[in-house]
Amino acid sequence: MIRDITIGQYYPADSPLHRLDSRVKIVLTLLYIISLFVINSFIGYAVVIGCLAIIIKMSKVPFKFMVKGLKALVLIIVFTAIINVLTVKGDTPLCKIWLFTVTLEGVFYAVKMCLRIILLIIGSSLLTLTTTPIKLTDGIESLLKPFQKIGVPAHDIAMMMTIALRFIPTLLDETDKIIKAQQARGADFDTGNLLSKAKALVPILVPLFISAFRRADELAMAMEARCYNGGDNRTRMNVMEVSKADYMAVAVFVVYFAALIAIRILI
Amino acid sequence: MKMVEAKNVSYEYTKVVEVKGENTERKLMALDDINIDIEKGEFIAVLGHNGSGKSTFAKHLNALITPSEGTIWVDGMDTKNDELVWKIRQNTGMVFQNPDNQLVATVVEEDIAFGPENLGVEPAEIRRRVDESLKMVGMDGYQKDTPSKLSGGQKQRIAIAVILAMKPQCIVLDEPTAMLDPVGRHDVMETVHRLNRENGITIILITHYMDEAATADRVYVIDDGKLVMQGVPKQIFSQVEKMKSYGLDVPQVTETAYELRKMGIDIPEDILTVEEMVGAVCQLKSTI
Amino acid sequence: MSIKINHLTHIYGADTAFEKKALDDINLEINDGEFVGLIGHTGSGKSTLIQHLNALLVPTSGEVLLDGVNIYADKSKLKSIRQRVGLVFQYPEHQLFEMTVYKDVAYGPGNLGLSEEEIDRRVRSAFETVGLGEDIYDKSPFELSGGQKRRAAIAGVLAMEPEVLILDEPTAGLDPRGRDEILEAVKKMHEMRKITVILVSHSMEDVAKLVDRIIVLSKGRVALTGTPREVFAQVDKLESIGLAAPQISYVFAELRKKGYDVPNDIYTVADASEALYRFLKQVK
Repeated sequence: MIRDITIGQYYPADSPLHRLDSRVKIVLTLLYIISLFVINSFIGYAVVIGCLAIIIKMSKVPFKFMVKGLKALVLIIVFTAIINVLTVKGDTPLCKIWLFTVTLEGVFYAVKMCLRIILLIIGSSLLTLTTTPIKLTDGIESLLKPFQKIGVPAHDIAMMMTIALRFIPTLLDETDKIIKAQQARGADFDTGNLLSKAKALVPILVPLFISAFRRADELAMAMEARCYNGGDNRTRMNVMEVSKADYMAVAVFVVYFAALIAIRILI
Repeated sequence: MKMVEAKNVSYEYTKVVEVKGENTERKLMALDDINIDIEKGEFIAVLGHNGSGKSTFAKHLNALITPSEGTIWVDGMDTKNDELVWKIRQNTGMVFQNPDNQLVATVVEEDIAFGPENLGVEPAEIRRRVDESLKMVGMDGYQKDTPSKLSGGQKQRIAIAVILAMKPQCIVLDEPTAMLDPVGRHDVMETVHRLNRENGITIILITHYMDEAATADRVYVIDDGKLVMQGVPKQIFSQVEKMKSYGLDVPQVTETAYELRKMGIDIPEDILTVEEMVGAVCQLKSTI
Repeated sequence: MSIKINHLTHIYGADTAFEKKALDDINLEINDGEFVGLIGHTGSGKSTLIQHLNALLVPTSGEVLLDGVNIYADKSKLKSIRQRVGLVFQYPEHQLFEMTVYKDVAYGPGNLGLSEEEIDRRVRSAFETVGLGEDIYDKSPFELSGGQKRRAAIAGVLAMEPEVLILDEPTAGLDPRGRDEILEAVKKMHEMRKITVILVSHSMEDVAKLVDRIIVLSKGRVALTGTPREVFAQVDKLESIGLAAPQISYVFAELRKKGYDVPNDIYTVADASEALYRFLKQVK
């Protein structure tokens, strides 16, 4: 269950999407998120879903893999839906649940909101699924470079992100192991009230923190032994170069964005 | 040419201990007056039980820590000289025990590139070194793999490739096989031996496995921070009682030979391998 | 307590791209009070197998019977099953979390809802069995040496007074001294408490010295089973699975190949010196 979390994971494959420059991908992903807030009609959603489907197909990441990532967030999506269905006011009442009047507008709005969240998660997870953490952070570092003059430590931020992403799967594995080990000692995480449930987490959290610190300590030493000395004078194996494919991607995106705006104005 | 020269090296550290409810600082010696000379191209094993000081010694070779007293020269460079630290670390790579905690990236080739990137090597050259290092450890073709999906032995060989990409003359391995299964251990040891034999890289292997030390050119035994034994494996392991008193093992065949000698059988005491044992037994049988 | 495993199969990630058959139709019987060594290299399925024995994993098909009762029959009994079948994971010291060693060992029995006196009795008895004295009771787990930490963690499971004790690679990462201390403690547990012990290991030397019976797993199946003598006599078969017999067994295998009449079931130094002595002193 805990291993199902796919946020921030990289899926190794060789696809046009994997080959795109990470900076381009980061900027386009941000713009994609904005685009989700431009649309408000179902035709707009249909266009986004269609485009996303093509992109996913191109990325060679199995669709199942992405859905698995969504599972962990089902609660948030369901919660959003319920809140919207119950609270959005409209002219076409459908039925009454306790104090709330459910309206057709409310249902439509809820569907749109959920679609928006799902599209947002799938779209942005495509970025991390097709970009290795190192390339991702290289991209962020490069994009943040202009802000270095005003004191933003671009390299440090990037390195922290790399390491965090690198250790997510390791620590998830570790959590799984610790849970099992404490269960073998009779730990019970399912029964009791909230307080006793919170207490039951201590035997998991303490070893997990200790392990994280131990790992951090060893990693720091290993990095130092490999001559890591901050960001100065570092070179990169993969030189970031904007290629033809990147220009193509930008062009396609412009068309996509323009189409969405047109739909919004016209419909 | 000397790869490593340690002269009267001591390392002192303070530990806070509780005595009768009060915290007091106590000075402890992790290394005590160590003298070691290692020639270029040698395969050296440093044996000792956990807490003997052998890992502290290993960290000195990479200038991760510097001696409280005495001096260590790595390829003629004094590790206390701050200006030489990066040169020393490039020259003497280090592989640690836990393969999960020394890999920085989530893709094999990016991990191997991390070292040369730190050194400011040209991109095309880094790419070349990545491929070459992977070949040297027998992991060619794994460039795009994720380390977390590999076995312990494979991860450790990646960790060695990481070091190789920095073009070192010497590799220090601090218990590289302690967390591996027999297959992984075998693969790592074979790789290390090949690098020593074919590429002339000096190997300093810190271990508590006697079978690994038995294949070294020379062995040092550290106990309680002191250098207590040194010599070729045969000299070291034939001293069965002494090895046991330091909390170390000897190969089963060596111990069997030792037992047979106690029973009055005139078998050589410096038997280390199955072949030597079989040979000695056959010879004895034919002369009876 | 006796354990019976019938047609146990476990598939990880069933119906996904990552599907992997970890256990394939395992049939085993482990008798009450037996000391069993479970051997196999990484990926052989041994860790998966032992997690079925205390219901941490649910089989894809097949069943596990404890004293004839299917352990998955009644979900409300899980806690009692985990108490009766104690499982010590690899690097168990990584799960220590309390301020003092004593409190940590008391965590398991504390979860069983026992009286203070009973918990105290069990904790003290567990410490004694693993060879840790009262002087460490109030110490923080982090003040102990590697071998001591490991023994304290094992005591944490032992204090639940299980009828079956399973140890997954209890000597991994320890030096020879630490290893001998742990194995000594395990041996004592088996002798003093008369419990069933399953020792999972990839070290033949460790296992050979202690167990009554060895079970060799390979690719999720039982490849070999028998007394250490029977198993180590099959050096070639072990090699083909990627495992090795103790070094000394090879000396005898070689001598036999050369036509000498020496026993084929030697695996300890004591037996070896004995046998070689007799062999060499034989009158021509």
